[in-house]
Amino acid sequence: MALERTEVEKIAHLARLGLSEGELPHTTATLNSILGLIDSMQAVDTDGIEPLAHPLETTQRLRADAVTEANQREAYQAIAPAVESGLYLVPKVIE
Amino acid sequence: MQWETVIGLEIHAQLSTQSKIFSASATTFGAEPNTQASLVDLGMPGTLPVLNAEAVRMACQFGLAIDAEIAERNIFARKNYFYPDLPKGYQTSQMDHPIVGKGFLDITLEDGTVKRIGITRAHLEEDAGKSLHEDFQGMSGIDLNRAGTPLLEIVSEPDIRSAKEAVAYVKAIHALVRYLGICDGNMAEGSLRCDCNVSVRPKGQAEFGTRAEIKNVNSFRFIEKAINHEVQRQIELIEDGGKVVQETRLYDPNKDQTRSMRSKEEANDYRYFPCPDLLPVVIEQSFLDELRAKLPELPPQKRERFESQYALSTYDASVLSASRELADYFEVVAKTCGDAKLAANWVMGELSSLLNKDNLEIDQSPVSAEQLGGMILRIKDNTISGKIAKMVFESLAAGEGATADEVIDKKGLKQVTDSGAIEAMLDDVLAANAEQVEQYRASDEAKRGKMFGFFVGQAMKASKGKANPGQVNELLKKKLEG
Amino acid sequence: MHQLTLAEIARALADKQFSSAELTQSLLSRIEQLDPQLNSFITVTAEQALEQAKAADARRAAGETGALLGAPIAHKDLFCTQGVLTSCGSKILTGFKAPYDATVVEKLNAAGTVTLGKLNMDEFAMGSANESSHYGPVKNPWDTSRVPGGSSGGSAAAVAARLLPAATGTDTGGSIRQPAALTNLTGIKPTYGRVSRWGMIAYASSLDQGGPLARTAEDCALLLHAMAGFDSKDSTSVDQPVDDYLAALTQPLAGLRIGLPQEYFGAGLDARIGEKVMAVVEALKKLGATVKDISLPNMQHAIPAYYVIAPAEASSNLSRFDGVRFGYRCENPKDLQDLYKRSREEGFGAEVKRRIMVGTYALSAGYYDAYYLKAQKIRRLIKNDFVAAFKDVDVILGPTTPNLAWKLGEKNADPVSAYLEDIYTITANLAGIPGLSMPAGFVDGLPVGVQLLGNYFQEGRLLNVAHQYQQVSDWHKQAPSGF
Repeated sequence: MALERTEVEKIAHLARLGLSEGELPHTTATLNSILGLIDSMQAVDTDGIEPLAHPLETTQRLRADAVTEANQREAYQAIAPAVESGLYLVPKVIE
Repeated sequence: MQWETVIGLEIHAQLSTQSKIFSASATTFGAEPNTQASLVDLGMPGTLPVLNAEAVRMACQFGLAIDAEIAERNIFARKNYFYPDLPKGYQTSQMDHPIVGKGFLDITLEDGTVKRIGITRAHLEEDAGKSLHEDFQGMSGIDLNRAGTPLLEIVSEPDIRSAKEAVAYVKAIHALVRYLGICDGNMAEGSLRCDCNVSVRPKGQAEFGTRAEIKNVNSFRFIEKAINHEVQRQIELIEDGGKVVQETRLYDPNKDQTRSMRSKEEANDYRYFPCPDLLPVVIEQSFLDELRAKLPELPPQKRERFESQYALSTYDASVLSASRELADYFEVVAKTCGDAKLAANWVMGELSSLLNKDNLEIDQSPVSAEQLGGMILRIKDNTISGKIAKMVFESLAAGEGATADEVIDKKGLKQVTDSGAIEAMLDDVLAANAEQVEQYRASDEAKRGKMFGFFVGQAMKASKGKANPGQVNELLKKKLEG
Repeated sequence: MHQLTLAEIARALADKQFSSAELTQSLLSRIEQLDPQLNSFITVTAEQALEQAKAADARRAAGETGALLGAPIAHKDLFCTQGVLTSCGSKILTGFKAPYDATVVEKLNAAGTVTLGKLNMDEFAMGSANESSHYGPVKNPWDTSRVPGGSSGGSAAAVAARLLPAATGTDTGGSIRQPAALTNLTGIKPTYGRVSRWGMIAYASSLDQGGPLARTAEDCALLLHAMAGFDSKDSTSVDQPVDDYLAALTQPLAGLRIGLPQEYFGAGLDARIGEKVMAVVEALKKLGATVKDISLPNMQHAIPAYYVIAPAEASSNLSRFDGVRFGYRCENPKDLQDLYKRSREEGFGAEVKRRIMVGTYALSAGYYDAYYLKAQKIRRLIKNDFVAAFKDVDVILGPTTPNLAWKLGEKNADPVSAYLEDIYTITANLAGIPGLSMPAGFVDGLPVGVQLLGNYFQEGRLLNVAHQYQQVSDWHKQAPSGF
């Protein structure tokens, strides 16, 4: 199942990865080579087989509803690229 | 062309847990930005979610209250997209296996009829943070306090056929979640958010028309206006030869119109898949049985009980059972005064107007249920007339007395029922208005009706409203007959 | 001092042959002197290490004992270490001083270990050669023109070169076992859920597990015992008591049933490696084990399934690296989309971007069933194969890798050829069972590893077999020349 460049561009956009014109052919080729590897799965008969999402088939533990996190804004924002008045700054979001 | 409106609503209810759905941060509204955002909430590398038991319990309570199927296992899935208020780049939600399945909610329409609205599903998910669009030199500010707050997304079937029905449904959900104590329903603060999916189709057509989604309408009034506006817009568009586009729109209350949102994500592919950091959640039957046994009396049952126990009309019963607080208030009044009908009238009439005027909730009422009940008792035992009662009510509201009796005493509002005294007063009135008495006696039935009112007015003036109206009527008639 | 294993260090410290501070200083000097040849460290935390060492010495003076008290180790650079750069070998985490400690780090700190620094790795654990790190490739101390394996290449190289006795690593498709094999070390990936993933920056959540790399099975037992255990902050952590791995080491092997999968010894395997593996089998038979041929019929489908599941989970796990709250942000973003696209394009390396794209594709509308769901069904078939096999055998034995360490740059043109090196290790991650690699000899002067796979929570058994083998062999004692 070979990818066309438009599909590769779409995937790059979904993943928010900038992809230049120059990189496109090489990226398309490598992806197709990986997909070639993956496509061999189609030959396997998996009729009636349940998918396995987690290796150990256990179930979710529940946590008691209690507040145990304290405010650590200063420490956490010390490593942020851009903050002001306690807010994380990003280029203007237009709705 | 006859058009039919088809509406489906998605309501997001913020569950009133102490801590967030996947982290142990506080959920209090209005805190300083990012002071309630833990490592998990910030999506820091290496952090992992752990599920809040209370969120599960609340979702199950809701499911039981709407008679829904609650599956043995439910699964969290990641909804992947990029937005600054979504720190992990995905929202942990539920896709194929929601915690609550198909259920229904009965709503009472204005004409008193009951309509059943289907609920497709309700699932748990985490809330996103907030973008503040005030300018920080061309930048937006992101506050992640809200990120991770538990939401219950309630999806209705497209069973709703008008804006009014939509409002009734939202009000019913609002009441229900407050009844259950799982959400405070504060639409202004965003605890309850409504997205409306609206489409139109020619009456009789089986296929649905293309729908538009109006996002985040935050009051009952706006829901009605937004839907009406959108229906109008769509009909005009189609009648002009255009096509409705499937899109997301925002309601602008200032302009009373909906506009297309500059799309967040264009046609987004969310790439849902089961969240590998969370395991399937198991709901045991015994857990549900215990929960069901502890459910409070819900609006439909309360409404039915009010109808039968208090002989109220369906409409009155549904108004009074609309909120737990109001229902409780009403029942205290009814018990105190022993007259459900009067209690209903006063609660839905005078009390309601008072609260609306000052924008108060029932639990902020300046007149307590006991005070109101006590006052109605005095109407029943003829201590005061209905008219005087209104004055007493106002006095109570102004804090001029702890009980109705106190006010009545203080202001000397006791009704005069001594027929001797009334007769004497009436004699004075007639004597002072001898000419009118002559005229009255000389007129026919029709004219008399009008003039009678004059004498009643004079009598009331003379007695400062305290004469028992029934007796005044009776005695006045007798005296005028001559 | 640098020749000593963790166990030997524990005894020496107890005997007061030297202090932890002295040992630490000596290793720090050694690292400074020799690591430029290997590039195994991204960050050396010299000051903190000495402080920790002094603190450990003080605890010992106060009467505390403990096998890891004062022991020098280092962490693969995807374990969060508070206040210290945690890079995952990536530019996108430039400046990311972790605001908290991973549970593994916390537990080892509590046990008194001394952290010498953070170890180099393939970017975001994606790779089998440690060539994709933003901080440059790591060299194999056995032949510095060759790769050490990956993704825990820095951990392996540093321990193999005796820069420290042991290190933590992580294993998603073989990233502890394969570098251990290529550098003559013992490494173990425990059962999924055995070691907490809190603070262990995720690559593929349902496959990742943390574990030790060291020169002996005994050292691995020591370290794993301290790393393992239930953690309420990790929903996938298993609430089961940790076995006494040390006690298990000395169990005799009489009656051990070993399974040899026929699929292992096919065309892709370097025959010389095959020979070494059979020699180990013979040695184990002499110790009382019996051998049986078994079949793992779905093994060949493991690689495609892995290269759907791992990238799919990674594509989602790595979305949080967006330049907003931490890490690298591109300069002068002109709008929000530009911020995302350029930060991620500039911040991630080529292999990471490739896998994110493969994963995104595999989850996208229309492809989910054919790729992601299909891969998960194959995953169940692979698990079923193991469940069936372990009815008849106690451990499954085979080569860890099909080939010896390859030359730096050799596989860069064709990433898929590197993927195929994971053939023996990947199945353990898909099924969640524990796997261990131990030294089994040399071919052309390059180390060869033998892999042992066990049933769920049989880490103790695997360490036991490896330890017993190491009593009758001395491959593991050999050091690369020059180090």
